[in-house]
Amino acid sequence: MAKFGKKTKAEVSIPTSALPDIIFMLLFFFMVTTVLREQEILVDQKIPQATQLQKLQKKTLISYIFIGKPKNTALYGTEPKIQANDALIETPEIVQWVNQERDMLPESDRGGITISLKVDRDVKMGPISDVQDELREADARRILYASIGKVVKN
Amino acid sequence: MARKKNRMSTEVNAGSMADIAFLLLIFFLVTTTIASDKGILNVLPPKLDPNNPPPEIDLNERNIFVIRINSNDQFLIEGDYRDNTEGLDEELKAFILNFGAPNDEAAGLYNSLPASLKALSGRKPESSDHPGEAVVSIKTDRGTSYEKYLEVFDLAKKAYFDIYAARVNLSTDEYRALTGKNDAEESLIDRGKEGIPMAISIAEPDKIGGN
Repeated sequence: MAKFGKKTKAEVSIPTSALPDIIFMLLFFFMVTTVLREQEILVDQKIPQATQLQKLQKKTLISYIFIGKPKNTALYGTEPKIQANDALIETPEIVQWVNQERDMLPESDRGGITISLKVDRDVKMGPISDVQDELREADARRILYASIGKVVKN
Repeated sequence: MARKKNRMSTEVNAGSMADIAFLLLIFFLVTTTIASDKGILNVLPPKLDPNNPPPEIDLNERNIFVIRINSNDQFLIEGDYRDNTEGLDEELKAFILNFGAPNDEAAGLYNSLPASLKALSGRKPESSDHPGEAVVSIKTDRGTSYEKYLEVFDLAKKAYFDIYAARVNLSTDEYRALTGKNDAEESLIDRGKEGIPMAISIAEPDKIGGN
């Protein structure tokens, strides 16, 4: 009869002592890249896709305007609304808002203020054109159509 | 004589460290929104001064590439109906680099172009005179969807960036990533643009189909 001697198994456990270090590294990465949302977005935001994206050198110069259908349609209706900071504003108030934003920048940078238009893809051109008119009025003419990268099929 | 005491083991149990770190990691994974400050840069024209209207500039029709998008998101490109934008960037490049009737300056520009761009030049009399004159005009209705407008604007930008990048021997992505943060990058950007202004005109939308 064959012997079924108990084999002495080789030690197969992987050393896990470096695991906490790896996890910590990941943790720090996310801690550094994370931006805790300080403002609640009150409008729909399905950002359109585009290919010719550019990055801005100075992020402090960017102010954001969100345009889209309000999430709370019972309160604000279904027409696209404009959100600046944490409140919905009307189109004519944009000039005032831009001036406030500009005043917060250091004096040397005020000419370079850039407005990032975060527009929902279902919005029509009418409201956007109105907003752009107001931005021209406020002399904040550098704008950024926020969009996400499109994967190009070849 | 001091004798080494057989100390009790005082090491902290670090086995659960990974669990704690995992917990934190998951928290940040969930709350994180990686800031995306990417987009398509555009500079609006200055506001109109009612006392000082802009001079009327007469452009020849052949120098304008007209793209119209109606409120049903249908395209009218140079007078032809389309329902998609396929191949538009190539047409735009051919239009910009047509050199139908170049002046002396533009002829010099033409000679400075790399062969790949020279090949695009059709020399058609009914297309643009030279890149300095060529204008891409995008006109929408108020009811046009923003997505379609951005798609066309994106393609117009792509046509120009492709040309700029080819002039300085970079890929389009590399050229676009240049930010001009040092002199070398700035001179690359300038060399790409020289003589070929990015003339994308966005007309006031017609009051159709919107509010």
